[in-house]
Amino acid sequence: MLEIKTIKEEKYSILQLEGEVDASNSVELDSSIQQLLEAGETGILVDASSLEYISSAGLGVFMSYLEDFHEKNIKMVIFGLKEKVYQVFVILGLDKLMNIKNTKEEALEEI
Amino acid sequence: MDQKLRLYCNTDQLVNLRQFLNGKLSGTTMSEIESMQVILAVEEVCANLIIHSHECNPTEFIELNVMRKNGSIVIEIKDYGRGFNILEYQEPNIDQVLKTKRKGGLGIMLVKKIMDKIEFESNGTKNICRLFKNL
Repeated sequence: MLEIKTIKEEKYSILQLEGEVDASNSVELDSSIQQLLEAGETGILVDASSLEYISSAGLGVFMSYLEDFHEKNIKMVIFGLKEKVYQVFVILGLDKLMNIKNTKEEALEEI
Repeated sequence: MDQKLRLYCNTDQLVNLRQFLNGKLSGTTMSEIESMQVILAVEEVCANLIIHSHECNPTEFIELNVMRKNGSIVIEIKDYGRGFNILEYQEPNIDQVLKTKRKGGLGIMLVKKIMDKIEFESNGTKNICRLFKNL
């Protein structure tokens, strides 16, 4: 079960993830990010504080945008990851490739 | 603790797989983080089979068996059909995944990093993948 909420702020958007991302629903995460890109968003904060689980299907969605974000100077920062979920990023070394912060305040400083 | 699960080839079934494994692993000495990683590794193998070997055909199924053997948890994943030999599969490295913007390729990498030992055997119709985690 995955719920995604997009909240538009003045200078950025927040993508709130709640539940579990797996191969059955990672396409929803993909289209939420796609919609933000199509709307011309340049700052994306991913609120992962209610994210309980992520499999490679979800990680792959984030990974597939990193080059584009870099080229178009779009900032994406993930914050609030629970330790168990954060460790999945660490296993693959994605913590070195993605901008991950503990709190929303820290994440906002990156945007 | 010999327990079996029949998983039909639909990605909607993955949530049931996680529940089943959670029940089996919660009585072991594994920490919450460790057991979640084992669940993730098993799910990656199953998702791979469901999507690539069985093309999400919900009438086909894979079978799981969780055992304890010589100080390890062993998860046996059995399927019938076109086998996927995880040991022979050469997973891409992270840079390739990034450059090609592909959304796959990370799953098997996770399995190999999380599990302590992996076995694969096939007789052409029945394929068995065994994942070991030391307790």
